[in-house]
Amino acid sequence: MAEFTLPKNSKISGGKAWPKPAGATETREFRVYRWNPDDGKNPSVDTYHVDIHDCGPMVLDGLIWIKNNIDPTLTFRRSCREGVCGSCAMNIDGQNTLACTKSMHDVAAGGAVKVNPLPHQPVVKDLVPDLTNFYAQYASIEPWLKTTTPTPQKEWKQSHEDREKLDGLYECILCACCSTSCPSYWWNSDRFLGPAALLQANRWVTDSRDEATGERLDNLEDPFRLYRCHTIMNCAKACPKGLNPSEAIAELKLKMVERQI
Amino acid sequence: MTARIERPISPHLQTYRVTLTMALSVIHRATGIALYFGTLLLSWWLIAAASGPGAYANVQAFTGSIIGKLIVFGYTWALLHHLCSGFRYFFWDLGYGFKANEREALTWGALIAGISLTVLVWIVAYTVGGGR
Repeated sequence: MAEFTLPKNSKISGGKAWPKPAGATETREFRVYRWNPDDGKNPSVDTYHVDIHDCGPMVLDGLIWIKNNIDPTLTFRRSCREGVCGSCAMNIDGQNTLACTKSMHDVAAGGAVKVNPLPHQPVVKDLVPDLTNFYAQYASIEPWLKTTTPTPQKEWKQSHEDREKLDGLYECILCACCSTSCPSYWWNSDRFLGPAALLQANRWVTDSRDEATGERLDNLEDPFRLYRCHTIMNCAKACPKGLNPSEAIAELKLKMVERQI
Repeated sequence: MTARIERPISPHLQTYRVTLTMALSVIHRATGIALYFGTLLLSWWLIAAASGPGAYANVQAFTGSIIGKLIVFGYTWALLHHLCSGFRYFFWDLGYGFKANEREALTWGALIAGISLTVLVWIVAYTVGGGR
């Protein structure tokens, strides 16, 4: 049964308002989710002010500026800072996206930049969610080429047309923005695979070189694993790479029907 | 060995900005549930019509009252919205309408069509039936 409210230990209470940086002429307010596993308190939201003339334009630039200049304890994942690695996925201004490609000046009504961890995940610390389940689900769709015919001398060949069918599927960076934007995934992440894993499932089902299509579809023939998708479309709106997991899921559902007729 | 940490769950409904498709998914579910009660109303009317003038007059008195009319109006909308919204899901299940603009157009379309058809049905009902 879906739990619409947060459990007692997850309710947000209080938070520190940090003073504005001295000497800054123009600042932007950041409201950042904080939780420290060591102090035994509930999560809180801290308020910071970022000197926008001393800082890059992206939300990630702001977070790094806060960490360097105000509060070194602020914890978040980041690496490539150009939308390739998927580490800095978080909920910004009510939508999941990458902090490195989202401008801090591009939030609703020019207000405060609200930053939360990816929704409905266990929190490791501050903005770092525990994605163990997400990765296990990805592993469960067996994301590698499976064949039964003997391996060719050189490489597995694929026509240009067949290769093009993988466009819009192979670009996924596994940032988890889509899966953690999905209400169905919030309530059923223990059994529903979620948009990211299903998009990848479709990537391997679509691959002309793969010879385990039937087995892959068998693995998804389940009321929860695939069919918990209710076409809510949050995933497609959230994907920072512009992919469309809901369409990939619809294709999987169609393939399920097609193989029966 | 440290004790297992009780990790909080990050905020979800509390923080996620509601999108149109998300709201209509909820409404589709809600109207679906409402249809169960609407069907009860419909069967009450049919059973009353079959049992005789007295029972039928009771139902007519209820559905003719302000509250009764509101409920029947709501039932009409729930039915027509669920139908229009259902066509939208049918369309998606056939693999069409997934581009961002198509997705939003379909969703707005279902919402507007549901409301306008409801109003249309009531206008026709009043014109033909004289508001009974």
